[in-house]
Amino acid sequence: MADIKTIAVAMSGGVDSSTVAAMLRAEGHNVVGLTMQLWNQRRLAGHEGMPEAVQGRCCSLDDVYDARAVARSIGIPYYVVNHEERFERDVVRPFVQEYLSGRTPIPCSLCNNHLKFDQLLVVARQIGADLLATGHYARVEFDHNLGRWLLKRPADVAKDQTYFLFGLTQEQLSRTIFPLGGMTKPQVRELARQQGLALAEKPDSQEICFVPGGDYKHFLDAYLEEQGESLPDTSGELVTSAGEVIGEHTGIHNFTVGQRKGLGVATGSPLYVIQIKGESGQVVVGTSEELYTKTLRARRANLIAVEDVSSPMRVMVKIRHRHEGAAAVLEKSGEEELLVTFDEPQRAVTPGQAAVFYDGEIVVGGGWIA
Amino acid sequence: MRRVYFDNSATTPVLPDILQAMQPYFGERFGNASSIHSHGQEARAAVEEARGHVAALLGCRSSEIVFTSGGTEADNLAIFGTTGADDHVITSTVEHHAVLNVCKQLELQGCSVTYIPVDSAGRVDPDDVRRALRPSTGLVTIMMANNETGVLQPVEEIGRIAAEADVYFHTDAVQAAGKVPLNVDGIGCDLLSMSGHKLHAPQGVGALYVRKGTSLQPMFFGGRHERSRRAGTENVPGIVGLGKAAEIARAQLSSRSGATAAMRDRLEHALRQIESSGVNGEAAPRVPQTSSMYFDAIEGEALVIALDLKGLAVSTGAACSSGAIEPSHVLTAMGLSGDRARSSIRLSLGLQNTREEVEFAIGLVGETVSRLRELSPVWGSQLRT
Repeated sequence: MADIKTIAVAMSGGVDSSTVAAMLRAEGHNVVGLTMQLWNQRRLAGHEGMPEAVQGRCCSLDDVYDARAVARSIGIPYYVVNHEERFERDVVRPFVQEYLSGRTPIPCSLCNNHLKFDQLLVVARQIGADLLATGHYARVEFDHNLGRWLLKRPADVAKDQTYFLFGLTQEQLSRTIFPLGGMTKPQVRELARQQGLALAEKPDSQEICFVPGGDYKHFLDAYLEEQGESLPDTSGELVTSAGEVIGEHTGIHNFTVGQRKGLGVATGSPLYVIQIKGESGQVVVGTSEELYTKTLRARRANLIAVEDVSSPMRVMVKIRHRHEGAAAVLEKSGEEELLVTFDEPQRAVTPGQAAVFYDGEIVVGGGWIA
Repeated sequence: MRRVYFDNSATTPVLPDILQAMQPYFGERFGNASSIHSHGQEARAAVEEARGHVAALLGCRSSEIVFTSGGTEADNLAIFGTTGADDHVITSTVEHHAVLNVCKQLELQGCSVTYIPVDSAGRVDPDDVRRALRPSTGLVTIMMANNETGVLQPVEEIGRIAAEADVYFHTDAVQAAGKVPLNVDGIGCDLLSMSGHKLHAPQGVGALYVRKGTSLQPMFFGGRHERSRRAGTENVPGIVGLGKAAEIARAQLSSRSGATAAMRDRLEHALRQIESSGVNGEAAPRVPQTSSMYFDAIEGEALVIALDLKGLAVSTGAACSSGAIEPSHVLTAMGLSGDRARSSIRLSLGLQNTREEVEFAIGLVGETVSRLRELSPVWGSQLRT
C-alpha cells in the first residue's frame, strides 16, 4: 500500500456509509468512524400528533448501535460527536422559518452545508484525518486544466445525490471523498454482504430524518410548543391570479407550490397553488397552465465548476431532487444571485427548494429558489 | 499502541489482590448467602466479612450497610426510600445524574425540589441550604465530591444544618469514599452512597449506608435480603470485591492519596503552562484523583477523541445514551461560559497510574492542544484581538 491515509468516515448506521468504512479499511487505510448526534428524538415525543415513543430515524439509538457494531466488526475506532446545538440553529430553525414564510425547505442540503461538510470536516481534521468520506452517491475529482475541484454525478443515476451537495466549497471538496460514486446500489449491497456486514439488507431511509413519518405540520406544532412559542397565525385569503378572493385558508405553512388537494374550494376546473405570498398571507391559486414559469432567481448561489458566471451559460437545471432537469440559460443577476431562463416553462418552481445547474455530469453550482 | 488510562472517575481496573479475593466465590464457594447449608454459610460469612470492611471504611456499624448494584441504585434507594408524596427535597445543581434525575422524577410525582446553586469554585454555600429549609422538607441530598471536578462540598456543615432541622441528610460519596478520610458521624449524614468500581472493585456492586433508626422504604420487593431493605440474592463475588477494596483503601488511604495528589499536582502544574488553560474548581478543596482542565478555543470532544487515537483515555462531561457528549451541567452551574465548558476535559487518576504515565500525558496533551488550536478559527481570532 503506497498511499495509506487517515480517513474519517461519516457513519449513519446505514448500508452505504457502513460499506464505505469497510471498503476503506479493506484498502488498508487508517479509518475512524464518526456519527453525528444531531437531534434528540425524545424531545418532541408525546406532543400532539407526534409518536409517544422514540421514533424517527435521525440519530436513533438503533442507528448508532448499528454503526458502532459495524465499526467493531471491521476493527476501526468509532466515536459519536454531539452537534445538536448547531443542527437546531442551522437546520431545524430555518426549516420551521421557511415553512412559516411560505417556502418549502430542503433540510438535507442545509445539513450537508452546515453540519456534515463543515462541523464534521472540522472534527475530522482535528482528530488528524486527511480526508472525510461519506456514503453519498456522487463523485469528486480535481480538474488540472480548470485548477478546480469538480462535483460530478455518480455511476448510479437513480441514486444521484448531487442535488443535495451543490453548496460544497472548493475547500470542502478538496477534503472529501465519495467512495460509492462509481458504484450502483446493488453493487454496494453485494459488497456489504461480501464484507460480512450484518446490515447489508437494511432498507434505505427516505424521509426527513428529524420529522417522524414525514408529517411536517405536526412537527411544526410540536416544535414550537416545546419552544414555548405558538404557531403564528399565517391564515389569509385564497385568491386567483387575477386577484379575486375566492376563499380563506388556515395558514400558509399548509401549502406548497403545485399542491392541488386541500384547498377547500370547489370549482369546475382543477386548481393548484401557484404562489404563496408570505408577507400578505395570500395563497394564489390557478390553473395547471398557470403553474408554469419561464424564469427563476437562485439566491445564495454557490459555484463549483466555475469561478464566476461572467457571460450567459447554457446548463441543465434541476429544480427539485426528482426533477429530470431542463435546459436553461444561466446569467448573473446580483451578488450571489443568478437568473435562470428556461427554454421551456417549468412546472411548479418552488421557493425554498434548490436550483442545481449541470453541464453534463458536472455540477456547475446551485442556489436557493427565491 | 501504548494505552494510558486517565479516566478513573468513570471506572477503575480491578486490582489483582481484589480479583484474587473474589475468585473463589465464582466457583468453589458458589453458595447462596441465604441458604442454611454449609455452602450458604460460607457465602454468608464472606458477605458479612465484606460488610465489616465497608463499615470500617465509613465508620459505622455493619448493620447499617446495605449492599446494592452500585452507586445509582444506592442513590435511588436513599432518595425514594426516604421521601413521601408532597415532601420537599433540597439538592444541588451539580449532582450526578443518579441524584439529579431522581429529583426530577420526584417532581413529576408531586414533590417539590430546591436546587442549590454553586459558586465559581463549584461549592454549595451551607447557608443556602439553611435558607431553603421548609416545614415540609424531608431530605437534603448533596454530594460529597463532584464527579467532574473533584470539588468537595462542605458536607459536615450541611449535616449539622440538616440535623438541627431534623431532616434526613443523604450524601453521594461515590467519588469520595476510599479517596479521602470519611466518617459518617463526622459528616452527620443519615444516608451515604458508594460504588465499588470507582475503588478498583468490579462494576455492579455498591453500598448504601443507612443510619440506624432511619425509616427507609425498600424499592425492590422479594426475599428478606439485606434486612428487608434490598430484596434480591446478594452478588457475593462483587460484595467480596467491594469489601476487599474497602479494606485496602482504609489501610492505605493516607499514603496512597498523597501519592495520587502528587501526580495530579504535577499534571496540573505542567498542563497549565499551556497558554489560556486552567483548572476548574481549583479554589475549592478537592479529592486527590480528579482534575478538570480547560484549554480555551478547543473542543473538549475533539481533544478526547484525538487523545484516544494516540493512546490516552480521558473524558469530558457526561456521555448520553448514544455515547455523544452533552454540555456539562456541572461546569455551566459554576458559571463557566458554554465555550469554556466545552473546552474542558477531565483527567482522573487511579492506583495503577505511574509518574511516567503522567509525563506521557503531559507531552501528548500539550502537543494535541497546540495542533487543535492551529486548526481553530476561534484561536486565530483570539490572537488577533
